[in-house]
Amino acid sequence: MKLFRIRGGIHPEYRKEMTAGKAIEPLPMPALLHLPLQQHIGAPAVPVVAAGDRVRKGQLLARARGEISAPVHASTSGRVVDILPFAAPHPSGLPQPTILLEPDGLDEWTDLPPPLDPFAAPREEIARRVAECGVVGMGGGTFPSAVKLDLGRKFPIDVLVINGAECEPYLTCDDRLMRERTAEVVDGVRIMARALGVERIVIAIEKNKPEALAAMTAESAAFAEIAVVPLPTRYPMGSERHLVTALTGRETPARKLTADIGVVVHNIATARAVHHAVRLGRPLISRVVTVSGRAVREQKNLDVPLGTLVSQLIEFCGGLAEPPVHYLSGGPMMGQAMPGREVPVVKGTSGILALTAAEAHERDTMPCIRCGGCVTACPCGLVPVEMAQMIRHEKLDAAARIGLLDCLNCGSCAYVCPAHIPLVQYFNYGKGRLAALQRDRRKQEMTKRLAEQRAERVERLDRERKAKLAAAKKAAAEKQEGGA
Amino acid sequence: MISTHDISGPYAHQKTSIRRTMALVMVALLPATLFNLWVFGWPAINLLVLTLAASLATEAGCLALAGKRLPLFLGDGSVVLTGWLLAMSLPPWAPWWIAVLGGVVSVALGKHVFGGLGQNVFNPAMVGRVALLISFPLPMTMYVAPRPLFGAGSPGFVEGLSITFGGWDYDALSAASTLGHVKTELARGVALDQAMGGTDLMALAMGTVPGSMGETSAVLLLLGGLFLIARRVISWHIPVSMLGALFALATLMHWVDPARFPGGLYHLVTGAAVLGAFFIATDLVTSPVTPPGQLVYGAGIGILTYVIRTWAGFPEGIAFAVLLMNAMTPLIDRWVRPRVYGRTLRGEPLPPRRKA
Repeated sequence: MKLFRIRGGIHPEYRKEMTAGKAIEPLPMPALLHLPLQQHIGAPAVPVVAAGDRVRKGQLLARARGEISAPVHASTSGRVVDILPFAAPHPSGLPQPTILLEPDGLDEWTDLPPPLDPFAAPREEIARRVAECGVVGMGGGTFPSAVKLDLGRKFPIDVLVINGAECEPYLTCDDRLMRERTAEVVDGVRIMARALGVERIVIAIEKNKPEALAAMTAESAAFAEIAVVPLPTRYPMGSERHLVTALTGRETPARKLTADIGVVVHNIATARAVHHAVRLGRPLISRVVTVSGRAVREQKNLDVPLGTLVSQLIEFCGGLAEPPVHYLSGGPMMGQAMPGREVPVVKGTSGILALTAAEAHERDTMPCIRCGGCVTACPCGLVPVEMAQMIRHEKLDAAARIGLLDCLNCGSCAYVCPAHIPLVQYFNYGKGRLAALQRDRRKQEMTKRLAEQRAERVERLDRERKAKLAAAKKAAAEKQEGGA
Repeated sequence: MISTHDISGPYAHQKTSIRRTMALVMVALLPATLFNLWVFGWPAINLLVLTLAASLATEAGCLALAGKRLPLFLGDGSVVLTGWLLAMSLPPWAPWWIAVLGGVVSVALGKHVFGGLGQNVFNPAMVGRVALLISFPLPMTMYVAPRPLFGAGSPGFVEGLSITFGGWDYDALSAASTLGHVKTELARGVALDQAMGGTDLMALAMGTVPGSMGETSAVLLLLGGLFLIARRVISWHIPVSMLGALFALATLMHWVDPARFPGGLYHLVTGAAVLGAFFIATDLVTSPVTPPGQLVYGAGIGILTYVIRTWAGFPEGIAFAVLLMNAMTPLIDRWVRPRVYGRTLRGEPLPPRRKA
């Protein structure tokens, strides 16, 4: 298949060899699970259990609230100990409501909904089942998958793209899934295409995963609607918009979705979760996580019950070989720094990385020498050097005018910068400030409007009162006159 | 323990640094420099050493005044490169005070007045060269014919010192650069083929001709430049557009009147064309950051160089052309930008896709 050119990008050191050859191992059930109510984009789930309740594996613990939300299920059978605030796997380390579940060791399944025949059931039924099972984008985006499977009703979708690029360094969880759970992934893909009502499926995989490419190609051979496409190995090939452009030549307009140009993108692990939800009625209660980084003694790919603490994964991997400078959730390019090891694995945790100082290669920031490396590296055609300068001077509107909000935070610019300028830090600051300013502006407008309305109301009441008074006076006068 | 994290990703970085970038440029300059030091002998070596010393001393002084971390900034390599490029653009037997004055002007006025590394608008080495050329036109145009080191006619070490420090008058040995000679002859009304009578393009390309300390060997400089492109320190845009514009304009004028205007190749191998295209115009700080902007900038330098060489008072125009286009760089960066993904060239969101 002919690929279309996309600009920029980088060739980072991938360091996938540490885990690419490691088969998925199940992690033993820990003594306590921490299940946050918010493991997805959207409204947090609402608990339907209370402390002391006994639950079975796969049982609903918290239900979705509203359109954009996802439920949380029990990763195993056991007892709900408590629902309390606990540190989330987010750089802020802020606590959020979390269900504490103590496994009973029986791992006893609840009564699951009956299997669904995706090719006989109505299309909406598939999305409903996927929503019920709490499936979200497992590449790290964590957007509720059912919402994306329903896009076929709002937009004319003609292509489903399955993102197997896995362009982040270190991560190999999708690679392993494609090799070891090939049939499940491909079946999930076909179910998603059916839900969307599309006839054309493209599974895109970077060429640095030859085994996965071979396995997926062989498995898909029976289905004419699926094309498995090798992608050049370049970061950020797996960026949704860029992937779609490379495969179809279609470019998503600014501030729009890929659905606007007829394409929906789903991730490999999500496809497998959809397979489990539809064919077996199993909710999303575990996921494959790559545990890597040279600070870890033995790097592995683990099948982890959701809610397991990061420290337990690291312990299972032989502990630390040296103290890391960062604990990351996700890849090193777009992953999030975690506030420590005592945070749970959630639905979007594709990797747990413990990086040494040598791997991170962080250096003193020097003045910009305007080498233009960031301009060449940017896949979005932005001029990072100039945006950073403007943000430094708090010229946020100017930065927005030259595309700050079109930046996808891929970090290619900061990766190549010879002056080690933390460009993404500037952009995050700028975006945050812009959002805050906009909120303030809205608040001000609201205050102004309310004040104006109040003034008007006071004036009107005053007028009415005066009119009434005048009328009463007049009536009294008339009465007097009449009486005279 | 729970701690907050104070910096965004990425948490992986390329093994690169400003020092490494500067070092690669120096490696690229090395062959041409060594060759020319050999060609022009001890006085040229003195000149290089003095220019570097003056530049480094000025940098250290300015950094101390500005209260910046001396080891971090002095070691970034940028000032060594400035001094090196300045020395290469000076007449090889120039006296010591030219070297010292040039170093001080380049680093203090060309760089630190603007705020130091990365802040300067103009190429520091060219600021130094132009200041010297305008202030001291005579010593700045005193070229000598090649006298290879240890060969007959090459000054010895002591003799070299007396040339550099003693004001030893080498007027009798001086020779005009090719650009200067042809220009003077043409101005006298001599026809071009006669004026260029002794000009050997091959010698010009190799660098065995009178000229500035490091400008004469077009071939070795070209090799260094290609190395820089291969290592992605610079991109091809500025050298190609600059040399291309210079070549095209010269070829066009030669075609209009072959008796008055030398051809394109002559312009490429003479003077500072190749050094300028690969090492001066491509100075990262003072050139545009976007590839299309670099094309505009390079072409501007090529055109201005030709205009100055052909119609202005000076035989060589690269330094002036570079400084003039340096001044244009902020404007070019403002006007010439890449297209943003999902937007038109004017910055509007792309129109929605029509149904297939």
